[in-house]
Amino acid sequence: MSTFTAKDFKKGQPRWCPGCGDHSFLAALHKAMAEIGVPPYQTAVISGIGCSSRLPHYMNTYGMNTIHGRAAAIATGCKVVNPDLTVWQVSGDGDGLAIGGNHFIHANRRNVNLKMILLNNRIYGLTKGQYSPTSPRGFVSKSSPYGTVEDPFRPAELCFGARGHFFARAVATDLQGTVDILKAAYNHKGAAVCEIMQNCVIFNNGAHEAIYTNEGRKKNAIYLRDGEPMVFGENNEYGLMQEGFGIKVVKIGENGVTIDDILVHDSHCEDNTLHLKLAMMEGPDFPVALGVIRDVDAPTYDDAVNAQIAEIKAKKPYHNFAELLETNDIWEVK
Amino acid sequence: MGEKLEVKELDQVAVRFSGDSGDGMQLAGNIFSTISATVGNSISTFPDYPADIRAPQGSLTGVSGFQVHIGANEVFTPGDKCDVLVAMNAAALKTQYKYAKADAAIIIDTDAFQQKDLEKAAFQTDDPIAEMGIDPDRVIACPITQMVKDCLADSGMDLKSILKCRNMFALGLVCWLFSRDLDVAFNFLREKFAKKPGVAEANIKVIQAGYDYGHNTHSSVNNVYRVETKTKVPGRYMDITGNKATAYGLIAAAEKAGLRLYLGSYPITPATDILHELSKHKSLGVTTVQCEDEIAGCSSAVGASFAGALAATSTSGPGICLKSEAMNLAVILELPLVVLDVQRGGPATGLPTKSEQTDLLQVLFGRNGESPMPVLAAISPTDCFDTAYMASKIALEHMTPVVVLTDAFVANGSAAFRLPDLNAYPDIKPPYVTPDMQGTWTPYQRNPETGVRYWAVPGTEGFQHILGGLEKDNKTGAISTNPENHDLMTHLRQEKINKIQVPDVEVLGDKDDAELLIVGFGGTYGHLHAAMDEMRAAGKKVALAHFKYINPLPKNTSEVLKKYPKVVVAEQNLGQFAAYLRMKVDGFVPYQFNQVKGQPFVVEELVNAFINLVKS
Repeated sequence: MSTFTAKDFKKGQPRWCPGCGDHSFLAALHKAMAEIGVPPYQTAVISGIGCSSRLPHYMNTYGMNTIHGRAAAIATGCKVVNPDLTVWQVSGDGDGLAIGGNHFIHANRRNVNLKMILLNNRIYGLTKGQYSPTSPRGFVSKSSPYGTVEDPFRPAELCFGARGHFFARAVATDLQGTVDILKAAYNHKGAAVCEIMQNCVIFNNGAHEAIYTNEGRKKNAIYLRDGEPMVFGENNEYGLMQEGFGIKVVKIGENGVTIDDILVHDSHCEDNTLHLKLAMMEGPDFPVALGVIRDVDAPTYDDAVNAQIAEIKAKKPYHNFAELLETNDIWEVK
Repeated sequence: MGEKLEVKELDQVAVRFSGDSGDGMQLAGNIFSTISATVGNSISTFPDYPADIRAPQGSLTGVSGFQVHIGANEVFTPGDKCDVLVAMNAAALKTQYKYAKADAAIIIDTDAFQQKDLEKAAFQTDDPIAEMGIDPDRVIACPITQMVKDCLADSGMDLKSILKCRNMFALGLVCWLFSRDLDVAFNFLREKFAKKPGVAEANIKVIQAGYDYGHNTHSSVNNVYRVETKTKVPGRYMDITGNKATAYGLIAAAEKAGLRLYLGSYPITPATDILHELSKHKSLGVTTVQCEDEIAGCSSAVGASFAGALAATSTSGPGICLKSEAMNLAVILELPLVVLDVQRGGPATGLPTKSEQTDLLQVLFGRNGESPMPVLAAISPTDCFDTAYMASKIALEHMTPVVVLTDAFVANGSAAFRLPDLNAYPDIKPPYVTPDMQGTWTPYQRNPETGVRYWAVPGTEGFQHILGGLEKDNKTGAISTNPENHDLMTHLRQEKINKIQVPDVEVLGDKDDAELLIVGFGGTYGHLHAAMDEMRAAGKKVALAHFKYINPLPKNTSEVLKKYPKVVVAEQNLGQFAAYLRMKVDGFVPYQFNQVKGQPFVVEELVNAFINLVKS
């Protein structure tokens, strides 16, 4: 049992716009950290630059609000030399996937034990409304008055492409859904990407409209839970079935489909093929997948670095500077 | 052809080994310098290697050289020109002869001077010696390839492996010329090839054959050389390159400070050997991360520093361009960080393997905002150790990023390094928060004397805080855009750097009555010192003030620069240090000597230029 409450992790008065999805995410993060129970002084929250990257200022933990795009790289150094810290890295879609895209993929590839929060509102808010690398093709913004002519990144695809072992998704307004994936991310040893679907009331209002309310999520989202069939709908009347190399939405009870035909979620499956299919689902033809989509054990970078140091320490005969000098060819001048 | 053998006593001798990149010239040179150092000679080496990955065999662009300068007294440079040139093929002779003195002995492998070799080296005639105007009496023409083949005919080795031993024949010949004891070479090889004793013994056999060849033929030249040792500092020594010394300096500083050493880096010539060296020493707890890019190299080091390590990042000029933003972050976070810049020719990719001092203004001023950063410049390969150590000490004790400037010349050059006693080095004591501060401490609370903020390492209970790239309120540490506060913080960051105590710059030579003061910084020390020595030997009154601490400058800088009738600032750029000194010292108007060739200064050229100044 954790001895902490959400209050132990709170600090200051957030300066985000009223109605910004960051407020609800912050509340979920405080609650999740309290339930996880790692003391604030053993927690570091590292962000880049952007609206969402202001988040560390509202944490009573150690933290840094650094420079644009570099949070994952900075967090990597932090975690490697101080493995006892629980390190959370917070970025928006611009910070994490545009200017910081390289660090995002490499932190995943190395599998650094970072809890990587990606607050995705599909817009640049702090610079007042330019399209981001997750804005859909044709998106009209201040820097794309005639619509964008480029396709967006889909964060899960990028994560899996970088051999990511953990990917989860929640909607910022869904407190329990967010707390659940944050705790799962903490419990996963390794890089754990949590995509938070978040609204920007000022520059991209309605970014995730179809799934932003409880009612909307019932119709347009599916909560994936390990060992349970993939069903959704107001009365769980729909489900997902395999079809060839793909998946399809079926209505249970129609055309002879029974609950036994429905796919059962397994986030721990090594093969990421189905995880990718699930993560790629978009409306209106498919529900948006929420919850822990992929959660597979793999050696973490920070553990491996420190294990190798321990191994070499045991093997090599020199352990301080004076002994290091002696490993060279030395001659004496008398 | 020399029938009478004459032993020539010399104060100093430079030998240049040259051949194809794959001919093992560096190994031959290293062994020769080690043998010489063992008998107490002063040594200085300089590898000159091509940027091409592997140019075609025998081609002009594929030639690599390794120059070894040995002296009875202290030698400061690898030598302008060599006394002995080893040319393993025609292309080597063609490209390297310009580095040989007019009376230098030239050793060539005649087997690599066949028609096709001459064609590759673009010789017009079939007599390359005559074509280059070389006195044939100075040439030791030896069928090295054939002799190596004969020597190892019974070894059971394949031809390719046999040919790899050609460098050892040349080495043996050079060792004979200098009456060197081969035992040191034998031990060196037995150790280097400990896992391949067959290879070691083959190399040893070939060195002996080369030596014997010299002995038996008196090698067709008129003299052998003897370099006795005159000045000796007793002690235990090893051979060290600048990059290795830099790595050792960081290791020593981390140990002294009781901290884990972290290096975030990305491979870049000529700095990569620092990453290589530190990656070996995991048994000392050294952590190296080869990052996805230069940016991450520096950023991850900032993260490691925040988390309580002695953090460093290593690179060259192009990498500094990319690291600047994260270096600046460390300025405003006020976290320790050591940035190692092994300078090379620029701009852009420039001359990756060559040496310049063109990053000075970049590291001093190449960042947005008022971004004061201490800068130190190592003056020799062995000085890289002290410089890296002192940079770490300043970074940790003053909570600031610090730049260490070295350059390709200093980084790849080597010299005999007297094993340092860490006990003799100053303590390194970071300004950690203390338990009594709990409750009242804020992140930018400062030591009133030094202006340094205190370090609360994550994991310390009761000192949670948020740092960041946004300006902070001096009192609370919260984000602040208050104009008065920003002005104050800007001044506080600057004053903190200004208050760092650095040693006075020393004046060498005729410090009381010099007509000309030579001023330099960093890697040109050896050449400027040698130029001063030559001028003084010729009766001129000359002094040298060579700077190692660039920012802040030593307190006596102004006094020294204004003391002498004439001052010349000599540097391998278009006048960056001179411009900086003019900015810092009112009314300072120096002469300038600037050269940006990617090659070390040539002492003779310096002397000629400086003598003109004294005449006028």
